[in-house]
Amino acid sequence: MTRPTLTQSSGPAHTRILGLGGVRGELVVTNDELVGPIDSSDEWIRQRTGIITRRRAGADTDVLDLAEGAARAALDDAGLSGADIDAVILSTVTYFHQTPSGAAILADRIGATPAAAYDISAACAGYCYGIGQADALVRAGAAHNVLVIGAEKMSEFVDPTDRSISFLLGDGAGAVVIGPSDIPGIGPTIWGSDGSQAHSIRQTHSWLDMRDSGAGWPTLRQEGPSVYKWAVWKMAPIAQQAMEAAGVGPDDIDVFIPHQANMRIIDQMIKQLKLPDTVVVARDIADTGNTSAASIPLATERLLREGQVSSGALALQIGFGAGLVYAAQVVVLP
Amino acid sequence: MAYTEQEILAGLVEIVSEETGLPADSVLPEKSFTDDLDIDSLSMMTIVTLAEEKFDVRIPDDEVKNLATVGDAVSFIVGAQG
Ligand SMILES: CC(C)(COP(=O)(O)OP(=O)(O)OC[C@H]1O[C@@H](n2cnc3c(N)ncnc32)[C@H](O)[C@@H]1OP(=O)(O)O)[C@@H](O)C(=O)NCCC(=O)NCCS
Repeated sequence: MTRPTLTQSSGPAHTRILGLGGVRGELVVTNDELVGPIDSSDEWIRQRTGIITRRRAGADTDVLDLAEGAARAALDDAGLSGADIDAVILSTVTYFHQTPSGAAILADRIGATPAAAYDISAACAGYCYGIGQADALVRAGAAHNVLVIGAEKMSEFVDPTDRSISFLLGDGAGAVVIGPSDIPGIGPTIWGSDGSQAHSIRQTHSWLDMRDSGAGWPTLRQEGPSVYKWAVWKMAPIAQQAMEAAGVGPDDIDVFIPHQANMRIIDQMIKQLKLPDTVVVARDIADTGNTSAASIPLATERLLREGQVSSGALALQIGFGAGLVYAAQVVVLP
Repeated sequence: MAYTEQEILAGLVEIVSEETGLPADSVLPEKSFTDDLDIDSLSMMTIVTLAEEKFDVRIPDDEVKNLATVGDAVSFIVGAQG
């Protein structure tokens, strides 16, 4: 008796972003509202980070509400409904349940059941990780249309007396639908991690410590100057590799959309990458703050909405953050 | 080949003056990066990285806060050369 040969799936040759949407927290929080407990000032925060305000969500809005708003906007933009989606990838570090996943609940809320659904933990690189996975799933024939959402309510994860990171962070969600395309719309993802630097951006203590030693609610901390150095000088070469892998150069790029961590990281990256002045640069950090996994799709949403770039533009995007982890790719904007 | 102390000072002055826009003759060994030259920790990281590249040395992040003056940085780089 001969064993049968298994069938393996394969998918379309090309993928692209079919639609994009974003939602920002409804509250506009100024620097002056935060400086008291950290003995800082509006001027100091602007000078070090470029942040003027950050957007935060109110008590009645949770991370899945933000994710749902962004997901619905992305579906609308793509001209699709939940029923057209067969995989949902939610990237977040601020969904405070170990299980079940936020993605499964979100999939059901938007009418995508029985889509495959799972969460990923890649912090500020989460959106680009998600795009890389969605692209691979579609081209492998494992899914037809994939919804990728970066959603964060970072305000739940900060200590207002912490000077290292609390004042940078905001709340929001951005989402895209990735599906088949006649032409290549997503370049190769250059991604990776360096767990030897896990301490650089970290949670103060674990949920078990909270239970066992009465330590309070855990929050985020970072080693700011070290992260700055890594973000610029280690990440610019990754962005460079993403361009090379996609077969494009700095002169071909229409728009640069780095993770919105700090304006000075953005400015220094542009220098390192030698991007020409004609490249539009995402600077949503100034008004929205650092929304972790949501920052790149939110910055993209704004550039498209304000007409600073148009559909079809070639965008270089790079996410980097706690892990440390990073991912970059060149994409065609929807 | 190792750089001399003179070469390191000259190279560092060039980097600092490029990053800050200060005239090179105001960047003296006894000047404090923060108090005299008004360099914040992020600009300092830029200077450190450019110095690492130029002199082919490693300046650990933890070490940077000990480099109070231009002269401190020169001494560190002299010692760190292979
Ligand atoms: C977080 C960050 C703003 C801190 O700024 P910094 O200048 O590097 O701060 P340092 O910790 O080196 O402290 C420098 C001085 O400012 C003071 N300081 C630190 N945080 C402060 C704050 N929030 N407000 C006012 N003063 C502050 C310190 O006390 C120190 O003063 P001193 O020299 O008199 O002791 C900055 O490092 C940063 O944004 N890094 C990038 C990290 C990032 O974007 N991470 C997200 C990646 S996903």
